[in-house]
Amino acid sequence: MARISLSSSLTPLTGGETGFELACANVRQLFQALGERYPALRGHLDTDVAVAIDGEIYQDALLQTILRDSEVFLFPKIAGG
Amino acid sequence: MADGLKYQQRELKVVGTRPLRPDGVDKVTGRARYGADINLPGQLIGKVLRSPHAHARILSIDISLALALPGVKAVVTRDDFADMPEEYAASGELTINFRDVTRNMMAREKVLYDGHPVAAVAATSEAIARHALTLIRVDYEILPHVIDVVAAMQPDAPLLNEEQYTEGVKPKPTRPSNIAKRLEFKLGDVAAGFGEAEVIVEREFNTKPVHQGYIEPQACIASTTEDGQAELWTSTQGHYVFRSQCAKVLQMDVSKIRVTPTEIGGGFGGKNNIYNEPLAIALSKKSHRPVKMVMIREEVFRATGPTSGGNVKVKLGATRDGRITAAAAELSFQAGAFPGSSVAPASMCAFTRYDLANVHVIGNDVIVNRPKVAAYRAPGAPIAAFAVESVIDEMAKKLGMDPIAFRLKNAAREGTQTYYGPKLGKIGYVETLEAARAHPHYSAPLGPNQGRGVATGFWFNVGGETSAALNVNEDGTVTVMLGTIDVAGGHRASMAMMVAEELGIAVDRVRPQVADTSVFGFNFVTAGSRATFAGGMACVVAARAAIEELRRRVAKIREVPLEAVLWTDGQAEPADRAAQSFAPMSLADIAKLAGRTGGAIAGHAEINAQGAGPGFGTHIVDVEVDRPTGAIKILRYTVVQDVGRAIHPAYVEGQLQGGAVQGIGWALNEEYVYGADGVLQNPGFLDYRMPVASDLPFIDTVIVEVPNPNHPYGVRGCGEVPIIAPMAAIANAVENAVGIRLCEQPMSPPRVLKALGAVRAGKS
Repeated sequence: MARISLSSSLTPLTGGETGFELACANVRQLFQALGERYPALRGHLDTDVAVAIDGEIYQDALLQTILRDSEVFLFPKIAGG
Repeated sequence: MADGLKYQQRELKVVGTRPLRPDGVDKVTGRARYGADINLPGQLIGKVLRSPHAHARILSIDISLALALPGVKAVVTRDDFADMPEEYAASGELTINFRDVTRNMMAREKVLYDGHPVAAVAATSEAIARHALTLIRVDYEILPHVIDVVAAMQPDAPLLNEEQYTEGVKPKPTRPSNIAKRLEFKLGDVAAGFGEAEVIVEREFNTKPVHQGYIEPQACIASTTEDGQAELWTSTQGHYVFRSQCAKVLQMDVSKIRVTPTEIGGGFGGKNNIYNEPLAIALSKKSHRPVKMVMIREEVFRATGPTSGGNVKVKLGATRDGRITAAAAELSFQAGAFPGSSVAPASMCAFTRYDLANVHVIGNDVIVNRPKVAAYRAPGAPIAAFAVESVIDEMAKKLGMDPIAFRLKNAAREGTQTYYGPKLGKIGYVETLEAARAHPHYSAPLGPNQGRGVATGFWFNVGGETSAALNVNEDGTVTVMLGTIDVAGGHRASMAMMVAEELGIAVDRVRPQVADTSVFGFNFVTAGSRATFAGGMACVVAARAAIEELRRRVAKIREVPLEAVLWTDGQAEPADRAAQSFAPMSLADIAKLAGRTGGAIAGHAEINAQGAGPGFGTHIVDVEVDRPTGAIKILRYTVVQDVGRAIHPAYVEGQLQGGAVQGIGWALNEEYVYGADGVLQNPGFLDYRMPVASDLPFIDTVIVEVPNPNHPYGVRGCGEVPIIAPMAAIANAVENAVGIRLCEQPMSPPRVLKALGAVRAGKS
């Protein structure tokens, strides 16, 4: 299963939980599982959250593959001026 | 990402050269059409009535006298726009909430800052429109206001939004607050890290809001039809985002709005958001005439987004041999009248140049009675860097270490675990530090009252939704349509160069054009140092698609298998002459036959670019402090930055110079000054002092190239990073020159004199 870690900035939305293991094949499945697990986080997943999968950062990439042994990190989405 | 889009080192003929930009002649001859240059037959002039108060409840608005004025064709107020529920969307810089967007473009229950729009008029002349504004009667109930971020965070501060409870705090607060959101990033054990520290430095810094200072005020013209279509010409960093936002707040179908971007006279993050555009469309709908709206400079300052001002507390611990053991910071940023400052990216940038085991960063997003902030080049990062890089410098001095050596000892490298999330990939921070240390500037002699400072910057860089379409013309030239705005940094030139490189043709055979919104699906704004990275990736995909079609066409014409056709140096050649020989065909040869062999040849790409490579920079500055006046003179300035790969080095150098100059202005003079009544005192360039050429030395640049592995040409992006370090570098140079540590921005003569006086008083 993929190892999922959450940035500490998201923990107020997850009841303090920062990491767990999850079987998911892509970001869409990850977000779906996260939304079910943490209802407070659900509304933020579409607009506020970026994902790093095995060190590569993805934003707005619902179909990006997550491998069984991937390391996944969720953190605030990044933009710029 | 497809492997073909990964960086591959190869010999390049176009990328890395310095051709003239395709938009250059138009710009230097005055032909280029900016927002205010667009005119339509029968157009009206739109003007906005703005709040004279920092905070007031709107009791009533009477537009009857204005409507009765001859020449006035339409007036709009809050009653002409639907109230929007809470709905969040990415706006280019930061997440926006349409509830707030609709209140920012036109006040509803309350005015929340001096300059907040209250009504808009369209009339047959500017004079009539201005006269009409004076005839609109607004009854206000004036409320207490708050301007300062620290004051706004106090429990007894006047509340801007009585329904706002601080997000990110558990349990949910029982009282409303101006603190919209609290963010927290943690790594390791900060208490233990400070316990290990042998030296601790702790400081507090304050900065004022500064404006992006683009030379072209916001300008647009809208024309609507009776069947509900709208056309809009506007100066924008993101015409698709403007279309989307206008459609939302005006409750129109996206397909019914066509936005044509004009040339843009600077944006720097300040033109990611709609202001007058929905008002112009609404006025046009009411008047059945085109409506043109051009802000004056005063409106730009009073009502368009500056960047945040902030209060930043930093604490750093290190061992005597120069290893940082713990770092902590609390950043509180003004968001303006609605939530959404750049405190999140600033918090994430604060310490990311360093490989740290123990970090704790808190960010507070705070609403105040000022215009809603917008992005400004590396949003928030310069404020964070001012504080952190000043403390880094002070720590190096306390440890008796060279400031670059101290940074190198603690520098982030590939594999460094960030405190906000992922591990860093391949980066070039160390390379910029080493290049700065080796630069002659770093060891040049200094005179009396002169000092040298160093500071560094980091920005993430981003990708995003991007399109490009490439059409091979009948003479073998190529037109490239771009979904991304050219914000005047040489975007069109860079895109043409990557297309020319792919096709193997001269760059002057490629003509790039920025497309209007009817050409592509959604494209993200040109922001976040993304346009060369993501736009370039789209151009490469489009060019490669066109090459595939060119090869297919040649295979049919020459009656050979597709795999027998190789595209090289701008022509189709046999892949293996011994196996399958045929006469090569140039792009022009194929184009000439295209119509009779299946039709025109094109390639297109619609991507969401991923894999942006972070950028790092190191700045060196020499200053001279004039003790009698407190004036700081910049003597010499060098920017060293890893850009991944410079597609057009001259335009990259321009970005590095421009960023440094804006950072110098931020450091030395720029600030919003409010009176006790909450009214902005300096909404013009006479009183809001930006640097001009005579204030500055030549800004030297050193381009470091550590290619981004996730881009076919190694591009990282370069526009954000150079504005991050100047404030801290200058503060460090002043400390080096006269021994005073400036923690307030701007470091203007009165502040320097005050600090010098405090030192003298202390000594006496």
